[in-house]
Amino acid sequence: MGLLSQSVSITRYRVQGQLEEPVLDTIVLALNRHAVLDIDNDAAEKSCGWTSFENPFAPDFEGSNHLFGSYLVFSLRVDKKSIPAKILKKHFTIEETKRLAASGRRFFSRNEKKLVKEEVLHRLSLRIPATPHIYDLIWNYEGGKLWFFSNLKAANEELETLFSESFNLSLIRMFPYTAAEMDADLSDSDRDRLNQISPVILTGQT
Amino acid sequence: MLDVAIAYNRYGFLGNEFLTWLWYTLENHSAQLAEIDADLSALEIGNRMVLENRRNEGLETITIKGDDAGLEEGLLALKKGALVTEMNLLYRSGDNTWQFNLKGESLNISSLKTPETAGTETKEDIEGAVLEKIFLYEKVILFVEGAFRHFVGLRISENWDKKIIIQMKKWINKTS
Repeated sequence: MGLLSQSVSITRYRVQGQLEEPVLDTIVLALNRHAVLDIDNDAAEKSCGWTSFENPFAPDFEGSNHLFGSYLVFSLRVDKKSIPAKILKKHFTIEETKRLAASGRRFFSRNEKKLVKEEVLHRLSLRIPATPHIYDLIWNYEGGKLWFFSNLKAANEELETLFSESFNLSLIRMFPYTAAEMDADLSDSDRDRLNQISPVILTGQT
Repeated sequence: MLDVAIAYNRYGFLGNEFLTWLWYTLENHSAQLAEIDADLSALEIGNRMVLENRRNEGLETITIKGDDAGLEEGLLALKKGALVTEMNLLYRSGDNTWQFNLKGESLNISSLKTPETAGTETKEDIEGAVLEKIFLYEKVILFVEGAFRHFVGLRISENWDKKIIIQMKKWINKTS
């Protein structure tokens, strides 16, 4: 979901840790190193990496393309190929029939069938283009905050993994406990009280 | 700090209590919210509220939808032991309105609509549009963060048991 869309979903994160100076160069290096790879002419079924916010189908992190004021803006792109089961079955059956006829046999073993299926899958993966899923993010490096424009569990998990691999920084999702722990200016005794609370009961008279 | 996965499940109730408190506060002490956020003119319940009652080993979900929906069913659900798990809110500041859903368990913001912004026709417009959107998103995020911080302060204070729960119960029993 694009950050310029009419309606957006936002998951909030805190970023902990420091990058090597000069920070912007370190970020560009990491973005380039983990930029999304095109898999349309490849047998890979999935590709996940960073891409440019303004031009998500041609990642370019040189210059200041990813800088908006003091914010870093770029995107996570997850390309996935999904081959419909019926198409896979059709091509598998055609291939199996052809091979059985060529070999003069009446059936294949389970392992042989598995090999045929893998070959068919590989061939189809080369022909079927990947569907791109693009999720924008805004990173306030100085403030240690990041907004990710999706609430989807799978997309957030991809972000957390790739972010950690790329920048070697901790990305902490803000949900009730982490928000209370990290964002509510609690003292040690407050933290003890927080860790001891149990759900409130609002039923019954006062 | 606790393990994140454990903390997410164990303290999900904290977010639901926050939304329930927010509803109570905007109905009864709206001036308190203006103290949390000086830019806030008004906070209103929007067109959706979800409540869940997890007591008695079962799960009962009550969803109230519609622009002019009454919230009596919601109050009745609170009386039976439910908490608000998701709500649509209208945040007003000056002449502008933001509308969004807030989920208790995750504090995730979804379906956020900001006041209208100028379109982008040229590449140069994009930087301005992005910065304007960041400014608009930040309004809502700062409000949510500020309100939750205020709630946590209350939740771990002595006043929570001695005063606030009693007042919330009075509100629930008076209005339903």
